[in-house]
Amino acid sequence: MNTIVTDDGFRDDDWTLGFRNWENAEQVDGDLPEGPALDVPNSIAGEDLVDFFASAPMIRVPFPSHVDGRGFTLARRLRLLGYRGRLRARGHVLPDQYLMARRCGFDEVEIDRDLALRQPEELWRPCDSWRTRNYQARLRASGSA
Amino acid sequence: MYRYNDFDRSYVRDRVEQFRKQVERRIDGTLSEEEFKPFRLMNGLYLQLHAYMLRVAIPYGTLDSRQMRQLAYIADRWDKGYGHFTTRQNIQFNWPKLRDVPDILEALADVEMHAIQTSGNCVRNVTSDHFAGASADEINDPRPVAELIRQWSTDHPEFAFLPRKFKIAVTGSPVDRAVTRAHDIGLRMVRDDDGNDGFEVIVGGGLGRTPVIGTVIRDFLPEADLLPYLEAILQVYNAIGRRDNKYKARIKITVRETGVEAFRTLVEDRFPVLRRVFEGGDRDFARQIRAAFAEPEYADAPTSPFDAAMDNDPAFRAFARTNLHPHKNPDYGIVTISLKAHGATPGDATSDQMRLIADLAEAFGHDEIRISHEQNIVLPHVHKKDIPAIRAALSEAGLGTANIGLASDIIACPGMDYCALATARSIPIAQQIANRLKDIEAEVGSLKIKISGCINACGHHHVGHIGILGLDRAGTENYQVTLGGDATESARLGDRAGPGFSADELIPAIERLARRYIEVREDEGESFIETYLRAGKEPFRTALYGEAPRPAAASRS
Repeated sequence: MNTIVTDDGFRDDDWTLGFRNWENAEQVDGDLPEGPALDVPNSIAGEDLVDFFASAPMIRVPFPSHVDGRGFTLARRLRLLGYRGRLRARGHVLPDQYLMARRCGFDEVEIDRDLALRQPEELWRPCDSWRTRNYQARLRASGSA
Repeated sequence: MYRYNDFDRSYVRDRVEQFRKQVERRIDGTLSEEEFKPFRLMNGLYLQLHAYMLRVAIPYGTLDSRQMRQLAYIADRWDKGYGHFTTRQNIQFNWPKLRDVPDILEALADVEMHAIQTSGNCVRNVTSDHFAGASADEINDPRPVAELIRQWSTDHPEFAFLPRKFKIAVTGSPVDRAVTRAHDIGLRMVRDDDGNDGFEVIVGGGLGRTPVIGTVIRDFLPEADLLPYLEAILQVYNAIGRRDNKYKARIKITVRETGVEAFRTLVEDRFPVLRRVFEGGDRDFARQIRAAFAEPEYADAPTSPFDAAMDNDPAFRAFARTNLHPHKNPDYGIVTISLKAHGATPGDATSDQMRLIADLAEAFGHDEIRISHEQNIVLPHVHKKDIPAIRAALSEAGLGTANIGLASDIIACPGMDYCALATARSIPIAQQIANRLKDIEAEVGSLKIKISGCINACGHHHVGHIGILGLDRAGTENYQVTLGGDATESARLGDRAGPGFSADELIPAIERLARRYIEVREDEGESFIETYLRAGKEPFRTALYGEAPRPAAASRS
């Protein structure tokens, strides 16, 4: 079983409603039954998912390799377009990238057993102030003028 | 000059500690080399031919005497007593040990410096005009903009794993000394009819194996919109840039394959939502940063020692002609210190030389130093009365060469003497050309020779008046010559001259080019590049290969 990483550390996957591939969801023509999470390719444009925001309580974005950063931009784009559901990064994400994932809008990261064994839980724990202690948050804060 | 605030200070310290732990994990094996690689690259650490190489950022090329002395200290304590200044306003140390690197980074943090994002597939150290804030020809100092971009791009969570590296340059002068048209994004400050500052935004320029002159995608971007617009460009690139082929992964290929218009549309589509995300904090920081770059308090004193030296000392006159650039304050000058003594390694400085330059900057230069992309060091604010003393001190230390902008002021990459990617040597070629042309370079005047030791073009050969590209042909170094390149606001890629030369044949061939130029120019006022653009390739081609249809001199092994 894969490991889910959140700000509280490692845990087992609590998601029980299953996953649906984007390719299949597309054919349902908008009337997607509520419940299953959506598995999307990291090459998809965020706009193409807007119609599914209401029916997909979770969107899962793959990281085929830790050097493929498309998922970071996709997550941020989905948040900017208004997606409020659960966002999960899945695949080869390293502890050093966990905060990048969080800051781009992911809620959690799903890694396999091997990675979880090699990169143990204590490496993933973020500091408490990660939301504000970065240049981007400072630059996007409200201004005086 | 910008000074770190508490946030900058603690951020850089945290990064040092984070990297220290990553190094420990690499050494104990919990991180594989493949996994460690992006993290060491994000902290400027390369694996080179013989050893690790640490590339330290000198943001927009600006530093003070304390920082320069610290670089000298690092060179002495952890390296071999010298450093190499690069075409992107960085300094490279060629011999650090992996275990020492966290300590080196800590020593840098002590003087508000770092090696963050000097390599890897992220937004790299932002470069700028080395005469920024001093030159008589600029609209406004571009360094506050560069500092804002440095902060915005530092550890940007979306853009740390781009398809490929990403380089941004900014200039505040219509005279482009920052090669903005050969960057992934180039920003040229412009002022609209109402006096508002903004930028011409150039995208998709680059050198490397597919050289491209960048395209303007926005004629006028208001200064306040800069960060969201940059973010929109980076988002598009990160989403659609190619990842299947590293040689097609730069944004220049994305723009070309997508089409400029379609690319612009994608950027403009994303821009409004990003614009709303920036709620004014960036403008507050921009104002604070600009205030930190206030002009120095200029001295009001007679320039008589300078005037006397100009009248009486021909060697000083020669130095002033090449190494002195007009300052916006007429009593001041911008002094360029050549790291290109004939026969020296372009861009190398010893720790003693660094300390001397630091002393001079402190005594005579309002404590400011610049590194130029042409691999020289600049004292941007020097009262003219002090220039004779500066020149005397420099000459004594072997730094007084009066050759800025001349044939021996050569840009050269490290080449096969250091670099794992190189296919040929660059440094010895630069040294030999400099020595060969020493006696005629004053007569030749402005001539930019740029040498790369492989097609990645770190030596900017595509935009050299004479460009030299070293390749490997069946185990033998072979040098291709390009002619008529231009790195300035009239940027132009050089034209391939013809078949390549062996290292031995190349040096006299370059001399023939210089001599042919003297024959062909209309008068002394027509520079090499102007002559080339007027007279065309033919007279230079025949200088290289002779009149015969098949070149007799060139070997094509």
